Amino acid sequence: VVFQIRVHGRGGQGVVTAAELLSVAAFSQGRHAQAFPSFGSERTGAPVVAFCRIDDAPIRLHEPILDPDAVIVQDPTLLGQVDVFAGLRPYGYVLVNSTRSWAELGLTDLVRGLPAGHARIVPATALALTHVHRPVPNAALLGGFAALTGQLSLAAVEQAIAARFPSRVAAGNIEAARSAFGLVTDQIGASR
Amino acid sequence: MRRQLEGFRAVALTVARCRPEVVCAYPISPQTHIVEALAELVRSGELSPCEYLNVESEFAAMSVAIGASATGARAYTATASQGLLFMAEALYNASGLGLPIVMTVANRAIGAPINIWNDHSDAMSQRDSGWIQLYAQSNQEAADLHILAFRLAEQLSTPVMVCMDGFVLTHAVEEVELAEPSQVDAYLPPYEPRQMLDPAHPISIGAMVGPEAFLEVRYLAHRTQLRALEVIPVLAAEFGEVFGRPGPGLVSPYRTEDADLVIVALGSVLGTVQDLVDELRADDVRIGALGITAFRPFPVGAVRAALTDGQRLVVLERAFSVGGGGIVTPDVTAAVSGMDCPLTTVVAGLGGRPVTRASLRCLLADLPSEPLVFLDLDEAVVAKELARAGGVS
Repeated sequence: VVFQIRVHGRGGQGVVTAAELLSVAAFSQGRHAQAFPSFGSERTGAPVVAFCRIDDAPIRLHEPILDPDAVIVQDPTLLGQVDVFAGLRPYGYVLVNSTRSWAELGLTDLVRGLPAGHARIVPATALALTHVHRPVPNAALLGGFAALTGQLSLAAVEQAIAARFPSRVAAGNIEAARSAFGLVTDQIGASR
Repeated sequence: MRRQLEGFRAVALTVARCRPEVVCAYPISPQTHIVEALAELVRSGELSPCEYLNVESEFAAMSVAIGASATGARAYTATASQGLLFMAEALYNASGLGLPIVMTVANRAIGAPINIWNDHSDAMSQRDSGWIQLYAQSNQEAADLHILAFRLAEQLSTPVMVCMDGFVLTHAVEEVELAEPSQVDAYLPPYEPRQMLDPAHPISIGAMVGPEAFLEVRYLAHRTQLRALEVIPVLAAEFGEVFGRPGPGLVSPYRTEDADLVIVALGSVLGTVQDLVDELRADDVRIGALGITAFRPFPVGAVRAALTDGQRLVVLERAFSVGGGGIVTPDVTAAVSGMDCPLTTVVAGLGGRPVTRASLRCLLADLPSEPLVFLDLDEAVVAKELARAGGVS
């Protein structure tokens, strides 16, 4: 069964890299995967979208993801500016990078409409500043995604990060991914 | 080895394993990543010996490729969009001189208005340039087509363009079975030019040809291209033996045998079309797809053989001739001449507009009777602009 992910962020935050890493992690777990950007003119700070499909069968489709199973929001300032949740499936997942609450983000209704435990907030930028010393939320969000959806193992995420970055950069990012994985796992445990 | 790779990297790594001796590079989106990746491979020594040349324009890129090829070197370059147009004059020289240059075209729209996104306007505009044109459905096919292209070009002494959809393929991360260097070496022997410029054995190439023989030169070029229709299937079969996966052929029919309607298309949209075919088949709609890999030479026989009398055809065109209509359509029409195959031309996906299953499903549910349709045309925008132009319609 196909699982479709849409990543929303801003130019320079590594939106395209996030989708690529998701696909590489899925591929390393023996699944078929495809990642692609929304092909905009890439400008720093402009809203950027990237997509990832994960499937058990080879993927032939080359259309954008209009009905995602999961939406990852790297930059909460996009909320209200871009309809990031457009087409989200009724049983979909939502992962937002923020230190604020759903109420503060104005997303209480959205979360209420999803199954319990399908929406999580992760302070990914804060985790990145702690572990990578730069505001790069990618790795933490990938770790959080793995915990939230179960589509990927933490090991596969770590492996994809290790393959993509020089070892010192990778080490910090892996710490951030682990930390987010732990946070989301604890949240899910607490909500049951 | 099967790897999860971005399209440009799969192509660059594959091209490197074809051991080009000269790579001419000039950047243009969405092609730039390919020549950048090749630059890294030359710098690291992974591609060696190879002369990597930064040139000042696409016109220079093709001119240098021509010079290199004429001296007996395996030459490669890549471009897109306006860059291909800037090469146009040199393209005809490459084919007229019978130089087996291989070039990637990362298909992109042509401005104005400026647009960096994908359609087939660039390559289609050079339909008559004498280059063989092969269109990739996926990154796997894009990579594989390059290996076949070098072999085909050198066997026939004619240049080959490998067309892959810009961004949709070049920037997509997909799984690709990369050709092993030993496999490529087994499939693609070193280039042995038929003639070459060599100071020790001086010859002239490219002399003027007058009215007494120009027609014959063009006729012979046509004959050479038509030979590709016999050679490509043979090379594809041999590709299968060496690489253990089917080689790309002239056309790729998909569930066409008992279909009432067949969608004919080129490039990456075929994957989407094939998924739609499966979905509609599950609802007992008898539909199929016909992919055209070789657009020049046009595989009249293979297209005709893949279709059946009475089938309705929808030709999806990712470019069109303003004031005319479809560009692939006339070739398909010629291929089915004498057959009862009513045909609708659907212009779709210009300037990067996605061609979705939903749009195609909607179109097919109520196929218009007119012969030329523009998929997802925003009538409101058109009406507004026509009104603004003073009611001229």
